[in-house]
Amino acid sequence: MRVNLTVVLRYTLIFFLTTAVSHIGAQDHHGDDAHATSSHGADNHGEEHATNACGGSSHHGGEFDAGATAFHHISDQNIYNIGWFHFPLPCIFYVPGEGLEMFSSGKFDADAHGNGSKAYNRYVLFGGQAKRITDPNFPKGLIGIGDDALWEESATVDGKKVDKVYLCYEGNRILCDPKSTLDFGLFGGGLTSFHDFSITKNVVSMFLIVGLLSLMFIAIAKAYKNRQGMAPSGIQGFIEPIFEFIQEDVSKPFLGDSWERFQPFLMSLFFFILGLNLFGQIPFLGGSNVTGNLSVTLVLAVLAFIMTTINGKKDYWGHVFNMPGVPWPIKYLVVTPVEIMGLFIKPLTLMLRLFGNMVAGHMVIVIFVGLIFIFGKNGANPAAAWGTSIGSVFLTLFMMAIELLVAFIQAFVFTILTASYIGAAIEVHDDH
Amino acid sequence: MYLFLVSFDPIKPDAGLIFWTTLIFILFWVLIGKMAFKPIAEALKSRANDIQSALDEAKKAKEEMANLKAENDQLLQQAREERTQMLKEAKDTKNQIIAEAKEKAKANANKIVADARVEIENQKKAALAEVKDQAGLLALNIAEKVIKKELTGDPAQEAFVSQLISEISNN
Repeated sequence: MRVNLTVVLRYTLIFFLTTAVSHIGAQDHHGDDAHATSSHGADNHGEEHATNACGGSSHHGGEFDAGATAFHHISDQNIYNIGWFHFPLPCIFYVPGEGLEMFSSGKFDADAHGNGSKAYNRYVLFGGQAKRITDPNFPKGLIGIGDDALWEESATVDGKKVDKVYLCYEGNRILCDPKSTLDFGLFGGGLTSFHDFSITKNVVSMFLIVGLLSLMFIAIAKAYKNRQGMAPSGIQGFIEPIFEFIQEDVSKPFLGDSWERFQPFLMSLFFFILGLNLFGQIPFLGGSNVTGNLSVTLVLAVLAFIMTTINGKKDYWGHVFNMPGVPWPIKYLVVTPVEIMGLFIKPLTLMLRLFGNMVAGHMVIVIFVGLIFIFGKNGANPAAAWGTSIGSVFLTLFMMAIELLVAFIQAFVFTILTASYIGAAIEVHDDH
Repeated sequence: MYLFLVSFDPIKPDAGLIFWTTLIFILFWVLIGKMAFKPIAEALKSRANDIQSALDEAKKAKEEMANLKAENDQLLQQAREERTQMLKEAKDTKNQIIAEAKEKAKANANKIVADARVEIENQKKAALAEVKDQAGLLALNIAEKVIKKELTGDPAQEAFVSQLISEISNN
C-alpha cells in the first residue's frame, strides 16, 4: 500500500513537471520572439523604413510572416542558439579550385537572428547560415560590415522565384552565394560557388544524440554482462522493453530466421530516429530539426534501399522482373515497370514520410506561437497578444503532446517498413 | 517584426549534411551494433533460454518429486502388507507350536498312563502271585499242621498238596 502511494506520487510529480516544462517551453518560444519583436518593433517605430546605404532593407514593418519565421526556425544553421546564447560552430567550406577552409562561426559576430556583423575570408552569416561573397575584389580576412548590411530580395530566375542575399559594403551591392544544394534548382537551390561541410547545428545535435545513445547502450551492454542471470535494473530495465519490442515485433516477424543479421541496422535506425525526434522537441535546447531535414532522411532511406537491394534474393528479383503467374503482355507492359518503380518509391516514401511528419510538427508549433504576433498585430495590440497567448499555450501544449507520440510512431514506422522491405527481399518462396 | 525571406531550406538536400549524417549513422550502426546491440540481443536470448531451462528443470524436479512420493507410498504400503503378513505368519506358527505341544503333551501323558497301567498290572500280577504263594504256604502250613495232626506221616498227601500249589501258581 505504501509503495503504491509512492509510485502514484512519483508519477503525479513527473506529470506535473513535464506539463510545466512544456508550458514554460511554449512560453519561452513566444517569450523569445516577444523579445525580438519588442526590440525590432522599437526599431521600426524609430525608423519606419530602415534601409541601408544600398537601398536594401532587412527590417520589414507591418505584417508578421509566420511561414517565413517557421522556415527560419527549422533550418539548419552554422550557429547554435539556445535562448539568448549563441554557440559558435566550426565552419568547413569547400570551394572548387581553392580547397577547404576551416574557422569558427564565432568570427561572424552574429546577433540574435544569426546575422553577422563581420565578414571573414569573403564569408558572411545571414539568418544563421553562411553565405559566400563571390566578388574577388572583396578583401579577405576579418572585415566589419555593420549591423544592417545584409538583406534578402526575391528575384525570378528562369521563371522560378529565388531568394538572393545581398551585402551592402562601402555603398556597393554585393551578391552573396548561398551554399550548394543538391536539388538541381527544384526547390530554389542548386550548385553555387561553395559547398558547406560545416559542423552545423544538425550535425552537432546528431553527434550529441549518437554520443548519448552510445554511452547509454554501452552501459546497458555492460549491465547485461555484469548482471548475468539477474533481473534488469535502472536504464537497462527502461530500455529493455523498447529493445525487445523492436526485436520481437519488428525484426523477428519480418526477417524470420535471419533476424540477427539485420538487428544492429534496425536498432540503429530506430534509436537514431527516436533520439533525434525527441531531442528536437526538448524546450530550451534550440529545437534542432534533424529528422525533419530531407538530407538526413535521404541518407537513412538510401541506406535502407541499399540494404534491401544487396540482400535481394533470386525470388525477389524474379518477382520484380518476371512476376510468376502473369500473362506476358501484361507482365512486361504493366507489372515489371510498376515493380521497378516500386523499388525506388519505397525508399522515397520512407524519406518523405519521416521528413514531412517531423517538419510539420516543428512548423505547427512555431506557427501556433506565431498566432500571438498575428493577432497582436506584431506588438501593436498587446491586449490581443496576451489574449491569444492563452489559447496559443494550450494549442502548443496539445501539439507537443501529439509530437511526442509522433516521435515514437515515426521511428517505429520507419523501422518496421525497412524491416518489411528487407524481409520481402530475403524471402525465399517454397512454391517455385 | 523582422522578416526572414529564408526559403524552405530543410527540403534542399545538402552535401555537407548528407556527408555527416552518413558518417555518424554508419559509425553508430557499426560500433554500437557490435558493442551493444549484438551483445544485448545475445544476452536477452541466453537469458530467455536460461529462464526456459530453469522452468523445464523445475517442472522435471516436480515430476521427480511426485514419482518419488508415489514410490515411497508404494514402499510404505508394501511394508505394511509385509508386516501384516509377518504378524499373521507369527500367529499361525504360534498356534501351530501350541497345538503341537499340546498334542505331544497329550501323547506323552497317554504313554505315561499306559506305562503306569502296564506297571500297575505287572505289580498287581506280582503281588497276586506273592499273595497266592503266601496264601498257599499259609494254607499248607495250616493244612500241614492239620494234616500233621491227622495225617502225620502220609507222603501221598504231601505230594498231592505240592501238586495243587504248583497248579495254582502256574495260573
